[in-house]
Amino acid sequence: MTLDKKLTVSASPHIRSSVTSTGIMLDVILALIPAFFAAVIFFGPRVLAVTAVTVGTCLLSEYFARKAMKRPGTLGDLSAVVTGVILAFNLPVSIPLWMAGIGSVVAIVVVKQFFGGIGMNFVNPALMARIVLTVSFPSAMSTWTSAFAWRDGVEAVTSASPLAQLNSFFASGSIENFAGAQGLPTLTQMFFGQRSGSLGEVCAVALLLGGLFLIIRGVISVAIPFTYIGTVAVIMLIAGKGDFTFVAYHLMGGGLLLGAIFMATDYTTSPVNVKGKIIFGIGCGFLTAVIRLFGSMPEGVSFSIIIMNVLVPHIERLTTPKPFGTPKKVRGEKAVGQ
Amino acid sequence: MAETKTLRQELTKGFLKENPVLRLVLGTCPALAVSTSVENAIGMGVSASIVLIGSNIVISALRKVIPAKVRIPAYVVVIASFVTIVQMLVRAFAPAIDEQLGIFLPLIVVNCIILGRAEAFAGKNAVIASAVDGVGMGIGFTAALLAMSIIRELAGAGTLAGFQILPASVTPMAIFILPPGGFFVFGLLMAVANRLSEKKGLPKAELHGCEFCPMADSCSIKIEGNPEKCEKSEVSVQ
Repeated sequence: MTLDKKLTVSASPHIRSSVTSTGIMLDVILALIPAFFAAVIFFGPRVLAVTAVTVGTCLLSEYFARKAMKRPGTLGDLSAVVTGVILAFNLPVSIPLWMAGIGSVVAIVVVKQFFGGIGMNFVNPALMARIVLTVSFPSAMSTWTSAFAWRDGVEAVTSASPLAQLNSFFASGSIENFAGAQGLPTLTQMFFGQRSGSLGEVCAVALLLGGLFLIIRGVISVAIPFTYIGTVAVIMLIAGKGDFTFVAYHLMGGGLLLGAIFMATDYTTSPVNVKGKIIFGIGCGFLTAVIRLFGSMPEGVSFSIIIMNVLVPHIERLTTPKPFGTPKKVRGEKAVGQ
Repeated sequence: MAETKTLRQELTKGFLKENPVLRLVLGTCPALAVSTSVENAIGMGVSASIVLIGSNIVISALRKVIPAKVRIPAYVVVIASFVTIVQMLVRAFAPAIDEQLGIFLPLIVVNCIILGRAEAFAGKNAVIASAVDGVGMGIGFTAALLAMSIIRELAGAGTLAGFQILPASVTPMAIFILPPGGFFVFGLLMAVANRLSEKKGLPKAELHGCEFCPMADSCSIKIEGNPEKCEKSEVSVQ
């Protein structure tokens, strides 16, 4: 036996995982595909144009921002593509394309690259872009097109989103009358996505499929989506006086599934360990429910996730595990290093 | 000869090197609140500059009379007198601006730039130098407000000083005239000011540094290296 294999002595790490940023982003893109096809079916070919603009602008902004800051290019990790697709999913189909472009620049340049690029942003870039667009162009961002309006040859049939209708029933104190209300899609239609709304949020079944895929692949853990959706369900059950249809409409209405599965679980802006994830999910769910029930806007998913994103450093501090063997912190005495 | 050169330095330092808003981070509150339109920015900048020049001159002239222990109340009385004069003038001759600026006009009394210059400069320099310092700082303040308001009004309302600039088909981004847009433009301009002074080899603006603190000269605590520990430095951040 000869020593043809040299013993190499190297610094740690010695065991490397094959998981890469690119791989994770590729999984997320795959998980988004069902919802994308659903969007194309319900809202027509303009979905392709909106998505092409957001993804293209995201890639261009990422490229030029990195170049201008003299940092190595990061197009290869595909995170800009994911941001672009998720941003498109958050927009109404009728959005003027230049507004979609501005949103992409805000997401990549302002929210992501100003703070150091992938892994450094303190809030979800796509969500922040959505909020900037909502605040800047309120009418364009709340013009919802009915599903299949494109196929019927009708130019921009706008309709109130199911959530807005639901809220008006809740506000008037007559939630028992909402089922069967004029223009409200049935629960089956809600499940398959035949309703008005932003591109990617409408098809509940496609989003759930994508979420299932991500959980099976180990990309996301169940903690955040489960606690998030669960908290909303519990609060809505109380608010709806035990009416499960009311709960079902709230769970499938608005961007809850899209937010809970694809945006709240963003690694950079969510807590690391399970305890923190649970606090984060409950916080998101509570804020979403409160904004939906009592806020002036019909939807609260984006705001609640952004608010919880900002709180993540504090959640992390509260939930950092104590190393085994360290002495108990005496009350009133500050821990070493703080 | 040396005298004129220092006076020129006193004048120009307020433009960029010690720009009150972008480098000293003073007067942030009026800068963010009032820079939604060019008209407001000019109104605020000019009013504050007049108060600043006037109070600098008077405080500098009285610097040997005012006892050190009660200097702050004394300064405030002087500043408040000038603010009252300016407020009455604006109300009489430009009522529209008075209405737009609202509470921020009387609040010039507690504007950190004016009190800061009184404490840091006028309280220990000659009258002419103090007047020139006031002019320079006033120009710097007005210029910073103007730059912010041009960006915010153009992007947020599509107009400049009330005139339509962007074609009506372009929807302006309303976020620029809302508070978040104000903070965003403020941050961008600070970055630009830092970049410009970096090119000139000047130090970066520090939020907590002793050298930027208006209390620095009269302050007994001199902290080397880690000025963030200075409890008094909060004065400079307000």
